Amino acid sequence: MKSGIMSLGYYVPRQRVRVADIAEVWGKRSHEIERSLGVTEKAVATAAEDSLTMAYESSNMALAHIQTKIDMLLFGTESPPYAVNPASTILGELLGIGNQYLAYDTQFACKAATGALISALGMVDSGSISGALVVASDKATGKPHDALEYTAASGSVSVVVGVTDCIYQVEAWESYSSDTPDFWRREGIKYPSHGGRFTGKPSYFKHIQGSVLTLLSKTGYKASDFDHVVFHMPNGKFPVQIAKQLGFSNEQLYHSLVVKELGNSYTASALMGLVAVSDVVLPGKRILLASYGSGAGSDAFVLRATKHITNRRPQFNTVFKNKIYIEYPEYLKSMRII
Amino acid sequence: MKSQVIGYYSTPFGELWNKSLFDLTTEAVMGVLKNSDLEKNQIDAVFFGNMLGGILENNLHAGAKIADLLDISMPIFRVEGACASGGMAFHLAHSYITSGKGKTVLVVGAEKMTDVNTDQIIQGLMSAASGEEQECGLTFPGLYALMAREYLRKYSYTREHLASVSVKNHTHAALNPLAQFKNQITIENVLTSSSVADPLGVLDCSPVSDGASAVVITSDSNLMKKHKGITILATEIATDSISLLRRDSLTEIRATQEAASKAFSTAHIAPQDISIAEVHDCFSIAELLAMEDLGFWKKGEAGKQALQFESQREKGMLTVNTSGGLKAAGHPVGATGVKQIGEVYLQLTHQAGARQIKCDNTTFGLTHNVGGSGGTAVVSLFGV
Repeated sequence: MKSGIMSLGYYVPRQRVRVADIAEVWGKRSHEIERSLGVTEKAVATAAEDSLTMAYESSNMALAHIQTKIDMLLFGTESPPYAVNPASTILGELLGIGNQYLAYDTQFACKAATGALISALGMVDSGSISGALVVASDKATGKPHDALEYTAASGSVSVVVGVTDCIYQVEAWESYSSDTPDFWRREGIKYPSHGGRFTGKPSYFKHIQGSVLTLLSKTGYKASDFDHVVFHMPNGKFPVQIAKQLGFSNEQLYHSLVVKELGNSYTASALMGLVAVSDVVLPGKRILLASYGSGAGSDAFVLRATKHITNRRPQFNTVFKNKIYIEYPEYLKSMRII
Repeated sequence: MKSQVIGYYSTPFGELWNKSLFDLTTEAVMGVLKNSDLEKNQIDAVFFGNMLGGILENNLHAGAKIADLLDISMPIFRVEGACASGGMAFHLAHSYITSGKGKTVLVVGAEKMTDVNTDQIIQGLMSAASGEEQECGLTFPGLYALMAREYLRKYSYTREHLASVSVKNHTHAALNPLAQFKNQITIENVLTSSSVADPLGVLDCSPVSDGASAVVITSDSNLMKKHKGITILATEIATDSISLLRRDSLTEIRATQEAASKAFSTAHIAPQDISIAEVHDCFSIAELLAMEDLGFWKKGEAGKQALQFESQREKGMLTVNTSGGLKAAGHPVGATGVKQIGEVYLQLTHQAGARQIKCDNTTFGLTHNVGGSGGTAVVSLFGV
């Protein structure tokens, strides 16, 4: 493909709540919860923030040093500020990109943005547009006392797609989809429901295998052809397990595994892993990125870092360590649960 | 009247996401007919052991559903006795034969448990406990934990003694291709597993499982001659208070004691005659109590014997839970009691493959299936 990723921007709220503090509220043994989930703390947006404000922050960063016209703005989220009223147009207005652009919001659980990224790459590749902004932003929440409460987190990643001076070439992509209702939220219902262990083998693992194995077959690449691998991170265990199943090593996965300290920022989760890898990947090296969205599907990409990556490191590994801890009641206030 | 188990089939046990309750039931029924070389019209009745179909799936009137699926019109009875549903179905099927109502009867036990979330399955299972126990928020892990705490206190045992049951049963399951968990574990693994209800950790507890098992019983002398079967020496049921509150002791299951006593009396054999037993280990403590209540080990000695792995294969005179038990083979509740009988059938007829124990014409087998926290117990005895 001639289209690629020109830049990445991200936003991680400073607030963190410790998994141990949540576990204590519910009378759970914190070390057992941390061990079973592979997560010790998660990022929490303040009460004044939502998926849109975070998207503005990450998009500003992504566009800061980029000279391209944004002809399309796609906003992937499962926590939109409005059920009806596009977040993409509000973001476009806030960013001041004019009015001659195609905008829409996308929804596919945690892979809403990687699906949008495939659309944007195709539009640019076809010559229909010159540049696109794809945003993944979520202020995710779980019902108090539900297993999701330990991991559902906040964060945003913005991706600028174009053809010039890209930091990543997109060599190939593959998508795998099926009707697999492992996690859902009906209209008007505040908290999502999930199928417990059904979210594992027949859902996350099956779909990521479905996208990645086909992508490897199509491209002829082996696991050893990649320096880094990035998977959607619903917890700290699933990405480690899927990496092993697909023949990737812990070293290939290591730099992307931000879930332990940030939690699962849903649509932003896998892309946040890509941001983290972008601090260290060397020019010419390949990355395999695979998202997962409940419902269900997985998008997988072969990315190759260019020489421009060295000038546009996101400095993520320094910035995300700037944090403050909040107690559980403050967490509830931040999520507007109380 | 002599009757024999002449055929067995089981689906794998585990998280069988793409199979429904009646997919599993159909597979087990068709499988056992094939294994027994029987046609549907040679069966006089079907007994179906199932606990949760009505609660979790609004799926009752199972007889007519099975009739529809199998295109049959014979009597089909659904039997419910919580986790003893399969054992009770077998008992009633045997009674049906001995009463002369039929000669060849099929028993199938099935359960579909993984289609609902944890809260729903816990609530569904708790329908087998007393109203008071449900209202005060107890769960079955909680009820068995109360028994475990008292057992450990009374006999000065520790969690290691409980853990040895799970270790032994996982060791056996590693040889059972249909088991849900084929991994071996250590006592340390059990002790460090996440706590469920102190002193029980996750690895002290049987899992939530899907699965179905079926056996064929017959009194037809021609079929008995044709098949390698095992003789049903006795099958007895006893009941007790559903609530722990009304029990005289927390470290004994009286229903097990009574059912065992009646069964041994009927069969004219003694516990020491048994070489192979499938015992209801829904929790590690349950197997320790069962080993004492069935008369295999003296009161208060099960912890010590278990820690020495006395009932592990190739260790002592009695091998317990060669299938892996409920803990490691899995526990689709309606199927469990039937699978236990099937496992004894495989062992006594030398069809157990890698987990086969030494058997001869003088070998006897026992199955022990419990409902709830001991409100129902089924004990059956078999010989060749």
